[in-house]
Amino acid sequence: MAEFTLPANSKVGPGKSFPAPAGAKRTRDFKIYRWDPDTGQNPRLDTYSVDLDACGPMVLDALIKIKNEVDTTLTFRRSCREGICGSCAMNIDGTNTLACLKPIDDVSGSVRIYPLPHMPVVKDLVPDLTHIYAQYRSIKPWLQTVSPLPPDREQAQSVPEREKLDGLWECILCFCCSTACPSYWWNGDRYLGPAILLQAYRWIADSRDENTGERLDDLEDPFRLYRCHTIMNCTRTCPKGLNPAKAISEIKQLMVVRR
Amino acid sequence: MMNGSEMRSPLGRAIGLGSAKEGVEHWWRQRMTAVALVPLVLWFVIALIAHLGVDQRAAVAWLGSPIPAILMILMIGVAFYHAALGIQVVVEDYVHREWCKLTLLIATRFACFFLGVVGIFAILRMAFLR
Ligand code: SF4
Ligand code: SF4
Ligand code: FES
Repeated sequence: MAEFTLPANSKVGPGKSFPAPAGAKRTRDFKIYRWDPDTGQNPRLDTYSVDLDACGPMVLDALIKIKNEVDTTLTFRRSCREGICGSCAMNIDGTNTLACLKPIDDVSGSVRIYPLPHMPVVKDLVPDLTHIYAQYRSIKPWLQTVSPLPPDREQAQSVPEREKLDGLWECILCFCCSTACPSYWWNGDRYLGPAILLQAYRWIADSRDENTGERLDDLEDPFRLYRCHTIMNCTRTCPKGLNPAKAISEIKQLMVVRR
Repeated sequence: MMNGSEMRSPLGRAIGLGSAKEGVEHWWRQRMTAVALVPLVLWFVIALIAHLGVDQRAAVAWLGSPIPAILMILMIGVAFYHAALGIQVVVEDYVHREWCKLTLLIATRFACFFLGVVGIFAILRMAFLR
């Protein structure tokens, strides 16, 4: 069933406050979701006041500063700090995005940070991605051919054929889109969600792949594909500016074309 | 999702029972009925406004004449079919207890067909038994 309130053990309570160092002139409050599975306590919202004059411009800079200088227990994922690894996806100021690409100045007032919505939480801002990675694997995200590969060169692809992959290959699997999709919230156990469907289309659209029919067979399912109702949350939130909703409607069109 | 009582692999869980290999037909019919309903509903609303205030006898005579009767039967049939397809989607979206889902799917399907037949019967009666 759709859930409209959090279960009792997930209700977020007030947390601790960490003031900025004395003498800081330009400060900003960061209200951050904290949950530690080992304490058995409900999640809480901790407030960290950060001196912006001694901090980099992005939300990730503030998180790293807090972890380094104020509270080493704060837990989050990050790696590239330039929007290419997809690790630092989280809900900032009510929108799923990458902390490393989100300027602090884009947020007015205190910066509220939660983990990606409706995923099991491992700790603090770290969601459990086991199931969504398994869903990714289930669409066989690799090139499949029947014709033997040329032994001495790569498989050729014309410029227009290659252009079909633009807007698809750029996806960094951050899952901002899937965790913003109401259909994925309610039916994520079976619905593949925008990120995985965009990836599925990336291989369907690839002129070198010879498994297109089987790929479509595997997707034709009331839950795997057709839970998408073109709500467009996915496209609105994608920090890479991609359009998963369009990729999904391309798949639906191919389903009709091949009937 | 990480349920301690289940030792099945994440991939096994993601694949589940596999693809049902259906859905395109439902999707296509939902769109086709939607397209058909645009002119039908438009006609219905205009005709209704044109007949505002007429007495029962005149209304029956109008609905029983060939063109309105045919359009009305089409509209009732298509509308209830479209409703049945739409309600199915809503139930599948929001109801997750298997027995509850199945009961609702069957009940709403039956209700839509029943109401559709009732409506069509009423029009036929006006057309042929006057
Ligand atoms: S368009 Fe589809 S995938 Fe995107 S948010 Fe809506 S339902 Fe989800
Ligand atoms: S489509 Fe965009 S939001 Fe979704 S996983 Fe890919 S990069 Fe992230
Ligand atoms: S740290 Fe790599 S995307 Fe943000």
